[in-house]
Amino acid sequence: MGEPTITETSLKAALTERLNAVHVEVTDMSGGCGQSFTSLIVSPQFAGQNSLKRHRAVNAALRDEIAAIHAWSAKCLTPEEWQRDKEKNGAAAEGPPLDGTVQGHVTGVDA
Amino acid sequence: MFARPLFSATIRQAARPIARPVVCSRPKPFLTAFQQRFLSDQTRKAIEKAVSSAPVVLFMKGTPETPQCGFSRASIQILGLQGVDPNKFAAFNVLEDEELRSGIKEFSDWPTIPQLYIDKEFVGGCDILVSMHQDGSLAKMLEEKGVLAPLDGTSEAKQ
Repeated sequence: MGEPTITETSLKAALTERLNAVHVEVTDMSGGCGQSFTSLIVSPQFAGQNSLKRHRAVNAALRDEIAAIHAWSAKCLTPEEWQRDKEKNGAAAEGPPLDGTVQGHVTGVDA
Repeated sequence: MFARPLFSATIRQAARPIARPVVCSRPKPFLTAFQQRFLSDQTRKAIEKAVSSAPVVLFMKGTPETPQCGFSRASIQILGLQGVDPNKFAAFNVLEDEELRSGIKEFSDWPTIPQLYIDKEFVGGCDILVSMHQDGSLAKMLEEKGVLAPLDGTSEAKQ
């Protein structure tokens, strides 16, 4: 079947295009099998939306991709929030969320 | 805290003839969430009943005692840290029921497990729960909903 392979690069491109994101980081947390990803998405589109709405927008933008992979995690920020977080925590603290993983790797069964 | 099976055998049996044909007609790995969208009335009713079964309801992989996924484990830990009253909490193990596992995703319009409901309202998944835990909004919401375990011992809990 012609299912396109989902990679950090393909997800990043999709999020950048579909959510007008100005900054996207996608990390494969499956240990290389391409099934679990975590992301940091910075888009002006999130302004005025609560966390649930932002995640719903991401889920809708990546409907097929999320259905095909094992695990998906996202942090959704506006450019202003991202800037504020960077100033507060330092650049090193920024990045996709790793909660629920074991040192950045997902354990457990399929989504 | 406890987990209970969602569907009685009769409901499951009744739902099967309607639910199966669509799912079985295609090879499973290639089904997208969109193609899988199919929620029988019976499944929807059973999920509505589950959502209303307690003020705080978590759909998870595994049980609170033995979570089968890191995200479900993190969610359970957060609810425990927040001090949610076990008497006002119910957990449903989606791994015990394939219809629940796919049905809850459509019901909530949310593609992943775990999923948290408070007062029948969808709150979010693990990412949202973690950020609400960190920014204090979860504590506020749980307090307002009156679902925290009482601090002053009204029962034998106090030594």
